[in-house]
Amino acid sequence: MTMSDAVVRFDRLTRWFGERAALSDFTLDVPRGSVYALLGRNGAGKTTALRCLLGLMRPTRGRAEVLGMDAATLPPAARARIGFVAEGQTLVPWMKVRMLGEFQGATMPGFDAAVFSAHLDRLGIDASQRVKNLSRGQRAQVALALALAPSPELVILDDPAMGLDPVVRREFLEVMIDLVHAEGRTVLFTSHVLADVERVADHVAILHQGVLRVSGAVDDVKSRIVRVHAHFDGDAPAAPELAGVLKSSARGRALSLTVCDGPEAVSEWARTHGAVKLDVERLTLEDLFIDYTTSPVTGGGAAA
Amino acid sequence: MILRIDPSSPEPLFQQLVNCVKSAVATGRMRPGDKLPSVRELARELVVNPNTVARAFQVLDAEGVTYSRRGSGTFVAEPRPTLRKDEGLRRYRAALDALLADALHMGLDAHDMWGGFEESLAELHFPPRGEEEREDDDE
Repeated sequence: MTMSDAVVRFDRLTRWFGERAALSDFTLDVPRGSVYALLGRNGAGKTTALRCLLGLMRPTRGRAEVLGMDAATLPPAARARIGFVAEGQTLVPWMKVRMLGEFQGATMPGFDAAVFSAHLDRLGIDASQRVKNLSRGQRAQVALALALAPSPELVILDDPAMGLDPVVRREFLEVMIDLVHAEGRTVLFTSHVLADVERVADHVAILHQGVLRVSGAVDDVKSRIVRVHAHFDGDAPAAPELAGVLKSSARGRALSLTVCDGPEAVSEWARTHGAVKLDVERLTLEDLFIDYTTSPVTGGGAAA
Repeated sequence: MILRIDPSSPEPLFQQLVNCVKSAVATGRMRPGDKLPSVRELARELVVNPNTVARAFQVLDAEGVTYSRRGSGTFVAEPRPTLRKDEGLRRYRAALDALLADALHMGLDAHDMWGGFEESLAELHFPPRGEEEREDDDE
């Protein structure tokens, strides 16, 4: 990837809070036009990364670049090229939707009221309604419409689907696909709903305890990681200390090993240790997320 | 046309879509000349990233299941078995080699393997193919 292809670039970004590193040497490129999902458990460092990216927080070390500029010193004109919807973003409850647009338009360079109202029409939201009378899903959609009104090149969504019921979440996803991606924008978002991620994202990165564990195109990440189930005649031997072994669990005669970058070495090990049957299973995004985020960071499977 | 995907399956979504279309064509639910929905329509209908749909269409085009015409869309192609026989045979052999190697590691002998192969083969349903012996490739 050349420099110009990355809309967002994290370069050894590190942020400490007191004695705790919220983010350690986080390095990641977000290619232009991609829909990039940043995954991790609560406290994994996702929001810290996004805050540094928006210039809302200073990194302890390293840097975040956005649209080719240092995020820490982003001029307002550049900021207007980025749409952001914060986690659980609150909208002023007594305002009418139209007023929200006017309010935002007065303070944000590049805000296009016509674009805002076109998005509202498309979403079927009546601009004369007060925020407090909107459903939770509609409020999320209004927040997205506000973020999209300046036609930003980059849209950052921090857990946009949080707290939405399945029907509203689906509507929100449709909007994401329709409004956000179809116009060739870059989207960086966090989520805990992995089935949604699978649908809309083309790239994924998994953070665990502030450390990037894996990143890349969704299909590549999924194809790199498999689970090998080895069955033995007697009790299964202890799991091997092989590079690439992410996680292991033994149950009686069976030993299951989650491995990245090919099952060959592990399969060979199992055969020489008397495995009578080997099954190689592909993992769902959810399975591999769980294996990455419940295994020790010092183990195999360094971030790609 | 019924195309379904399962986002909680380990199989990549684009591959699920490819398999869906192949199976729809193989069972006659989609016929040569039928038009597929556009990338955008299908992305919206299935609620998936349009790149995923576009990738599935590329694979289907590359495998000769469909063809795309710029500006008019993607259509189910006429079956062209002779065009793809070499490549099909190559992939079949590669998959077979891996399977047999695995069977060997599991301790099966040639007799076990052959017996299993015959049983599985007998369960397959082969559609009648009048043009199967055609040798002339017009492309």
